[in-house]
Amino acid sequence: MSARDPLLQVRGLTHRYGRQVGCRDVSFDLHPGEVLGIVGESGSGKTTLLKCVSGQMQPSEGEVAYRTRDIGTVDVYGMTEARRRMLMRTDWGIVYQNARDGLRMKVSAGANVGERLMAIGERNYGHIRNEAVDWLERVEMDIGRIDDLPGTFSGGMQQRLQIARNLVTKPRLVFMDEPTSGLDVSVQARLLDLIRGLVGSLGIACVVVTHDLGVVRLLSHRLMVMKGGRVVEQGLTDQVLDDPQHPYTQLLVSSILPV
Amino acid sequence: MTTSPDTRVLEAGVMMKAEGLAKSFVLHNQGGVRLDVFSGLDLEVGRGECLILAGPSGAGKSSLLRSLYANYKPQAGSVLVRHDNTVVDLCSAEPYEILEVRRRTLGYVSQFLRVIPRVPTIDLVVEPLTVRGVDPAEARERAGTLLARLRIPEALWGLPPATFSGGEQQRVNIAMTFVQDYPILLLDEPTASLDLENRRTVTDLIDEARRRGAAIVGIFHDAEVRAAVGTRSYDLTERKAA
Repeated sequence: MSARDPLLQVRGLTHRYGRQVGCRDVSFDLHPGEVLGIVGESGSGKTTLLKCVSGQMQPSEGEVAYRTRDIGTVDVYGMTEARRRMLMRTDWGIVYQNARDGLRMKVSAGANVGERLMAIGERNYGHIRNEAVDWLERVEMDIGRIDDLPGTFSGGMQQRLQIARNLVTKPRLVFMDEPTSGLDVSVQARLLDLIRGLVGSLGIACVVVTHDLGVVRLLSHRLMVMKGGRVVEQGLTDQVLDDPQHPYTQLLVSSILPV
Repeated sequence: MTTSPDTRVLEAGVMMKAEGLAKSFVLHNQGGVRLDVFSGLDLEVGRGECLILAGPSGAGKSSLLRSLYANYKPQAGSVLVRHDNTVVDLCSAEPYEILEVRRRTLGYVSQFLRVIPRVPTIDLVVEPLTVRGVDPAEARERAGTLLARLRIPEALWGLPPATFSGGEQQRVNIAMTFVQDYPILLLDEPTASLDLENRRTVTDLIDEARRRGAAIVGIFHDAEVRAAVGTRSYDLTERKAA
């Protein structure tokens, strides 16, 4: 098996909510270190797809296979829930749009980061504290606030904290749902550059869902465009954005307001 | 891996070869208007060659260059690139393979600088090197040398280029590509908004790249630059789709 084999393989993924279709027949491979952007308007099925792919919601049909570090490729929904949770805690990270979904608001910033380490068996307090400090520095947070509660932080800082909490266990795959929406534009640019730098230098594979084409142009190598639950176009990010083939992608790209 | 290694070969010395390339645009939201840019286009460029794309405005020179970079998606044909010891067809390669080719083999200078906001100029020029594993201190030194040669004052290196003049931005753009020795270079009017002195510097850089063996395809509106760097010319007027 080579390092270039896909990390994640999604096949024929469909999810229905009753008679409503969330996403329909989606297939893709994600390679190590590759960043996949998923764009589409609200209701296009992109968040449903992200939830299904990231082990948070079992799809109605289809398969999600993940290549582990140690035991080969596993069926994410074929394993026990305990094993899947372990995988999500160790090898994967999830950055939510709303930091409150991804952080524990009643414990300090440092504990939010340290907790993930304890979940994978780290017990040495000094080591945990050092790692937490190191990661808070890497996401450019003020170390003086390590003992503060996340609720006292700004939106941009909460997102940084979420990222530190996720990356501390050195995941191979991170899912992000609208990581920068809801933030001021000035904060967005810095956060995006930070994410880009960390993901690039650590070689982490990412799936990023967003409605913001600027975000995917900056972050993602590859792009999937969704409409009505289906993938209507996919390919190299700059190719899809600069030479869109599908009518919907053309509409999306031509609708960006000039600054 | 989903794609098999490309079995096609390139003759010795050929770095890039387009075969039967066709490009058209269908504007679905403007009544489905179809614009044919070129079709059945064959072209090759070898080591140490600088191929000039010629033809009037609208002949499709930039569209061709973008197709050769896989920034545009050709409707038919192939673009074979010599990448390390393999041959990659950019028209059928997976996105991660195309990015790998762009990282190490295929450089492109566009007419406009498009970069991440708020990143200092020096970091933009350093990054292509550090991504390839060059020691950060050495990368910084090489980036600085090149920026100085392109007459970007050192006082500006720590600033993002967004507020720079058009000519300065273009020189930053050139530095971001020329900081590494790409085997193949695609240049879209790299000297368009430069004064005489800087135009000469860029001309020298292009010629040095060619002499070290780079294969270059370029669009230059300036006749003097064309004469100084070009080894062969390719006229798109006749290749325009019927």
